[in-house]
Amino acid sequence: MFASFMINTWAVATIVAPVAGVTGFFVVLRGSAFPAHAIPKGAFAGAAGAALLGISTLLGLAVFSLLGALGIGILGRRHGRHDVATALTLVMMLALGAAFLSRTTEYEPEIYSLLFGEVLGVSSAELLPVAILGALCIVAVTALYRPLTLASAVPGIAEARGVRSHRIEICFLIVVALATAMTVPVVGALLIFSLMIGPPAAARSLTSQPARAIALSVAIALVTVWAAIAASYLSSWPVGFFVGTLSALSYATGRSWAAWHHTHTAPAAAPALRTAPDGT
Amino acid sequence: MHELFTWVVEPGFFTSEPVRTAAVLGGVVAVVSAVVGVFTVMRGQSFGGHALGDVAAAGGSGALLFGLSPVTGFVGLSVVGAGVMDMIGVARVRGRDLATGIVLGGAIGLSALFLYLGTTAGATTGATQQVLFGSIFTTTSTTIPVVVTFSVLALGAIAVIWRPLLLATASPDIAAARGVPVRLVGLVYMSALAVAVGLSSLTIGAILSTALLIGPAATALRLTRRMSSALLLAAVTGVAATWLGILLAYDSYYWGATHQGLPVSFFIVAVIFAAYLLTGLPGRRTAARPRETAAQAPGATRGQITA
Repeated sequence: MFASFMINTWAVATIVAPVAGVTGFFVVLRGSAFPAHAIPKGAFAGAAGAALLGISTLLGLAVFSLLGALGIGILGRRHGRHDVATALTLVMMLALGAAFLSRTTEYEPEIYSLLFGEVLGVSSAELLPVAILGALCIVAVTALYRPLTLASAVPGIAEARGVRSHRIEICFLIVVALATAMTVPVVGALLIFSLMIGPPAAARSLTSQPARAIALSVAIALVTVWAAIAASYLSSWPVGFFVGTLSALSYATGRSWAAWHHTHTAPAAAPALRTAPDGT
Repeated sequence: MHELFTWVVEPGFFTSEPVRTAAVLGGVVAVVSAVVGVFTVMRGQSFGGHALGDVAAAGGSGALLFGLSPVTGFVGLSVVGAGVMDMIGVARVRGRDLATGIVLGGAIGLSALFLYLGTTAGATTGATQQVLFGSIFTTTSTTIPVVVTFSVLALGAIAVIWRPLLLATASPDIAAARGVPVRLVGLVYMSALAVAVGLSSLTIGAILSTALLIGPAATALRLTRRMSSALLLAAVTGVAATWLGILLAYDSYYWGATHQGLPVSFFIVAVIFAAYLLTGLPGRRTAARPRETAAQAPGATRGQITA
């Protein structure tokens, strides 16, 4: 499975997983599971539109994922209900996607791989843009780290220190948009969010210190993607299936460990970001 | 006058069999979705409502693969999914959304597997699209009795528990103190939601399922704070959007040179989205602000972590 035609896949996976792990830490911290699901799904509609126009699907993904992020951020702010804003932005973009898809018939095989990931579908030409987008995401998260952590953990104090939570929200959603757009080639639009939820949630169940949690989240994400690719290669089953299942497993393992740990140890002195027994 | 009429309603609309079926099915599903949706929006469970649509679609692809009836697949897996979500379920909204996400991820993975196995085992081109998007024009009238039966069941369940549900949604602690079995009520609600979403996902597709669940309800709740008005308004909005969407989709086949038309799901969602946006026009302060709405569960407002 390490033949030359697979090298690209391993390379992309190794770029994708850390970005998912880092971004996912904040997704879990901020409770943005729904946007993390909605943005890539809506982005898929953009890919369909791009295919219709004959331009790069990655570009379509990026544009629509940004549109989704802005839609959720702006609509959510205006009307104050983020879950409703996310749901409606999502369906509007999917409806656009359905409209695009209705106009073309030559798209079926590509739909599947865009949605669920494709082990063999990564070309050398995609490596560089993916790497660049990934680097951008990491840089953005690093730059935003302090205000983002503050705004996520203690919004009141953050506001008092001049951190505008609405701006942080939009910036964060844009980072999620970029992260999801770049990770679609391997993992697929529908399952990238799994990678952003399972491993980080597991990591947070195992440790409450943010730096350790992020590192652990990246590690678990890497293991998940690698294992999924290997399993997909060996069984010919879709890589997305393994990503979804392994993410759920890591989440379950994290929760179980945290529950077991909670009942078997005395409460420690209060560290910075305490994880509650329910695993959040 | 006649010309104006045919400009709005293209010929053959009222006599077309698929249109009639779509109107009846769509109308029934819209009403059920709107009613359940009002509680869903109030409980801040839009993600759960959407997730169950995808879970149901996974059940659909499984049904396709194993040769089961679509209803069994869609509704069955949706109910199972709701059960799992409830089991993992935690009191705090943040944890609940995580659990929802994990279950959803697992279900989508299953969907990927089923669709893959289905296409290699048999000839099912377009299956992905069909399962994900569905089409209101391709369901046959034989599905109507089943849909109506399950719809009545779901609505009946809500009707039975609606008072304790309302109380438990507004304040779980007070409800518990008054002897309301909060977990049980939540479970019954989730089951009704699962059935409603399973049905809508089957008949009108996963996109419309979420749109009709959340959109009309959210629009209604922005306009009124009274329960009965909200339910009525949501149902009316949902049905109106559905029928208008069907009309526009039918007409769209006569537009332009290509005579291709656009999918009905696009039009219905566009109408719903527009309706929601209209409620936010400047000059109208929201009738139900987030902090004052009956049921914004603690921590549901983004950014609040009770550390």
